[in-house]
Amino acid sequence: MTGAELYALTGIALFVIGLHGLIRYAHLMRKILALNVTGAGVFLVVAALAERGQDGTPDPVPQALVITGIVVAVAATGLALVLMLRVASATGRAELPDPRSE
Amino acid sequence: MTGADGTPLIVAALLLPLAGAAIAFAMPRTTRWVGIATAVVLLAVVVMLCGAVGAGGELSHAVGGWGAPLGIALRVDGLSAAMLLTTAAVSLAVAAYGRSYFRDESAGPAGFTPLSMLLIAGLNALFVSGDLFNVYVTLEVLGLSAAALVARAGTPEALTGAMRYLLVTVAASLVYLLGVALLYHLTGTLDIRLVGARLESGAAAWSAVGLIGAAMLLKSAVFPLHFWLPPAHANAPAPVSALLSALVVKASLYVLLRVWLDVLPAARADFGAVVGALGCAAVLWGSTQALRQDQLKLLVAYSTVAQVGYLFIPFAFTSAAAAGTAWRGAVYLVLCHALAKTAMFMSVGNIQLFGGDRIGELDRVVQRLPLTMAAFAVAGITVAGLPPSGGFVAKWLILEAAVQEGRWFVSAVVLVGGLLASIYVFRVIGPAFTKGAQPRQPRRVPNAMEWVAFAVALATVLLGFFGMPLLELIDAGAPFGNALEPER
Repeated sequence: MTGAELYALTGIALFVIGLHGLIRYAHLMRKILALNVTGAGVFLVVAALAERGQDGTPDPVPQALVITGIVVAVAATGLALVLMLRVASATGRAELPDPRSE
Repeated sequence: MTGADGTPLIVAALLLPLAGAAIAFAMPRTTRWVGIATAVVLLAVVVMLCGAVGAGGELSHAVGGWGAPLGIALRVDGLSAAMLLTTAAVSLAVAAYGRSYFRDESAGPAGFTPLSMLLIAGLNALFVSGDLFNVYVTLEVLGLSAAALVARAGTPEALTGAMRYLLVTVAASLVYLLGVALLYHLTGTLDIRLVGARLESGAAAWSAVGLIGAAMLLKSAVFPLHFWLPPAHANAPAPVSALLSALVVKASLYVLLRVWLDVLPAARADFGAVVGALGCAAVLWGSTQALRQDQLKLLVAYSTVAQVGYLFIPFAFTSAAAAGTAWRGAVYLVLCHALAKTAMFMSVGNIQLFGGDRIGELDRVVQRLPLTMAAFAVAGITVAGLPPSGGFVAKWLILEAAVQEGRWFVSAVVLVGGLLASIYVFRVIGPAFTKGAQPRQPRRVPNAMEWVAFAVALATVLLGFFGMPLLELIDAGAPFGNALEPER
């Protein structure tokens, strides 16, 4: 197994762990952290797949994608944290109600 | 294939809403005028763009002078032009309505005007984008501004609805990005058409398209992935609900359709059958849920789940001719449903302001808000797909395709969906005539809000009479050209 494959498989593992956390845990802080783990997994896959050249020179495009992706993830996390605080102050708990009971 | 240079118009369609958002953000006192002025100019630009596309076929622009595969290509064909036209029309209506709806709010940086302009900038950028990663960025611009807009209502229900929506949309975007990463690895490019030309069918290509498909179905709230839509759309402020139901759910349909048409013709048959079946299920489930709702806004939100289902039915068609007909119908339905849902959410917003948003609480609304109820009824005609509305033309095309392929189950679903829609519309109109159980002291609804709702509803009927020129526009640049080729 090459290094790139190891990184890509680790990325997919992180992606799955993150999605699992997003669905499994009720607390919003855990959901937001899980979303960041998912994002880290995707970015790892993107960066790992960058190694394409035979002489080992990495492809710069995926690196640019990852940087853009991280910026987007930071913005999304910021908005999610603010919303979480407002949900917590409006309902008294940082959790989402069961959609069936709404 | 590279179309004619459309630089000035394409760049204007992107920069106008961004500039409007920036001005409204920096100078909150100007919001009352900036929103509507931007929307008027944007509509003029988009009409010119549609004229150019209709006359000369596809337009394109290479960002920064760097063409694909190095740079990002922006392309406008008939499909993009129709989506841009829908966006511009709805944004003008919503800007005019929002001026009255939010007249008392303290305009801040997170106010309605800057956020809605940002949302429209994201939509326009998405509809002209020819690059898969650029699509990811525009989806995030859309998702973040939409979630912030939902939260503007400030109620606990709206905040939890916005939170759930944000988590869903960001997660879906990440799934999409993983699919794009795989496609880049396989083809070495992000340009949608080059990916399509270089991609070979195989397990990795299938996984990539599967990931992108799942992400877009989640974002479009296709049954059974619709759980997040009703709380978000029903608890948002009325103009925001209109934007979300009319435009945002269709953005992800557009992405899936682009990937479908340009990237992987080989995967069509099986994948399409699944998506089409989900579309049929969404029509039936959304309509029956709408019938069971007592709260007006939830009824309209479930109606969106049902109508979005129609848009995914054409994926099921395998023969080139039927698919082409059905797609024309579906894109036409995007335009009609956008205007009809805008009118419906505006009418419901008026009724809510007037007092009481439950069907049981409607108290002689027809006499007191005649224009609002007329708007709701006329928009209901389009949603139910009755003649002479635009919705009738659109659903007729989908039905025609279903009959052409001998898919009797699909034709039955299209018809039953229309029947259920007429029932849930009439369920609202009936009680509006009668005296409510508790007489209400009504609050005044600004005239502008009633007139805007009525004008938008009227436009949906007019669309039924202007079907041909619009269908010709959708065909410009042959966006469904692939679908019309014989099967490979």
